[in-house]
Amino acid sequence: MPDSLPADSVGIVTPQSYHFDTPIELACGQTLESYDLVVETYGELNDDASNAVLICHALSGHHHAAGYHSMEDRKPGWWDSCIGPGKPIDTNRFFVVSLNNLGGCHGSTGPNSLNPATNKPYGPDFPVITVSDWVKSQSLLADRLGIQCWAAVVGGSLGGMQALQWSLDFPDRLRHSVVIASTPRLTAQNIAFNEVARQAITSDREFHDGRYYDFNIVPRRGLMLARMVGHITYLSDASMGEKFGRELREEAYKFGYDAEFQVESYLRYQGERFSESFDANTYLLMTRALDYFDPAYEHGGDLSRAIARARCEFLVLSFSTDWRFAPERSEELVNAMISARKKVSYAEIDAPWGHDAFLIPTPRYTDVFTAYMDRVAREVGA
Amino acid sequence: MRPDLEIIQQWIKPGDHVLDLGCGDGTLLDYLQRERQATGFGLEINPDHITTCMGRGVSVIEQNLDTQGLDNFDDGMFDIVLMTQALQAVRRPDKVLDEMLRVGSEGIVTFPNFAHWRLRWGLALSGRMPESEALPYKWYNTPNIRLCTFKDFEALCRQKGIRIRSRRVVDGQHQNSWLARLWPNLLGEIAIYRISREEE
Repeated sequence: MPDSLPADSVGIVTPQSYHFDTPIELACGQTLESYDLVVETYGELNDDASNAVLICHALSGHHHAAGYHSMEDRKPGWWDSCIGPGKPIDTNRFFVVSLNNLGGCHGSTGPNSLNPATNKPYGPDFPVITVSDWVKSQSLLADRLGIQCWAAVVGGSLGGMQALQWSLDFPDRLRHSVVIASTPRLTAQNIAFNEVARQAITSDREFHDGRYYDFNIVPRRGLMLARMVGHITYLSDASMGEKFGRELREEAYKFGYDAEFQVESYLRYQGERFSESFDANTYLLMTRALDYFDPAYEHGGDLSRAIARARCEFLVLSFSTDWRFAPERSEELVNAMISARKKVSYAEIDAPWGHDAFLIPTPRYTDVFTAYMDRVAREVGA
Repeated sequence: MRPDLEIIQQWIKPGDHVLDLGCGDGTLLDYLQRERQATGFGLEINPDHITTCMGRGVSVIEQNLDTQGLDNFDDGMFDIVLMTQALQAVRRPDKVLDEMLRVGSEGIVTFPNFAHWRLRWGLALSGRMPESEALPYKWYNTPNIRLCTFKDFEALCRQKGIRIRSRRVVDGQHQNSWLARLWPNLLGEIAIYRISREEE
């Protein structure tokens, strides 16, 4: 954290918790009697509440999307590159809402929260949450905040799936849906990677069938492995090559199996850090929500039929080296929108960073995103 | 507005679903949306143009006709498919014409006439590849790889069974002069064709 806040930062922000005690029915058939959602907001809601933008987070994200919690913070929120005064999601014009999703582990009700029925953490008893469930809970949050219609719902990756689901579940409650580096459904390869991650967690001896809280322990190794394999899919071969190449930590091979290559120690470090701050059950839940997402499923696999009920306009963006959710997946989505005669704009951004590119402000990405959001702002008079 | 666009907009019916191939900065679509309540998409590959389109509320898809074609569009889904000043820049204009009339019931095509007298004169006199306001490039860097004359285009339409519903020929200032009407292939600089399938 620098001594002073950057001019284009939303500054010091404080999360707020909202309690909901009307039971919410979930896609799995279970009901959560009550729950909390932790939320950050940036900018001011205008008089007719027309300038609100909802940010949906991805697998490991949370409510802290922009700004700093204190002057001691090392890093700003996870999407600070795109949210702030003068940035694509301009907080001088928009009222930005960012929450930690249900099932998360950063303050909103999730597997590590106390189950009021048992007074112990939910653990594996926490219901599996779907993208539709998230959207439903977000709509209840919108009610609470007095937002009838979002100017835009915006998300990258798993967040983009929520932005898409919004257009289907609440077609009249958003004007624009911005779907970045996302996909209308996971491929077998995507699910396979998720399965490896889940197996890493559940086969950790310290997982205890998800009740590790009772043993005052966390399945650190499993979570670390899950993150390592996940992390590989977020980067491109080229960006890993550029960052690490075959560089060794010391000068010569040691003919052993410790982390000798820089890339090994980087992955271990990332995995370890992640395992200290993320909940294993939440990781299982998030990957399952990814697997299950498939809005075309209930329309016989016909995505354009699924999208027919949407009424908002769409912006879809993909990144050239993203192989997790490749440009082809975005094009599949765009083509379904075209067939369904929806208003949609699409650009494939040339960027070397793989899936992670949606978090990195390359000039063209910023230009396109800014131009589109500027037009959204003008449309709602912000 | 560019005078050729002025002519084109007269052929768009209110509420038409329009596809604009090589839509540039979206000027025409923007106008058609506002003045003709048209809907539709522009296809473009130039990043700056795409950004401009998005900023003005024109639905634009980044798509390269040469490599991606129009496979992602359903048969007959558009009332009209436009292609202004881009036919000469695609690899297979004949196939693009087929595709235009597959996805749309009508097409509007404009392109520069390579048989315009000034180009003929330039080539005859200097023996060098002609350059003009409509064709301001060198032979080695021009995006216009499929130059043709009005007669060439009309012959292709005949061969393909494409009906030319109207033709407007304009000079360099996009004026529809009587001289250009009299000897279009010699005096016309840009033609605006309105085409459809023969059987209609």
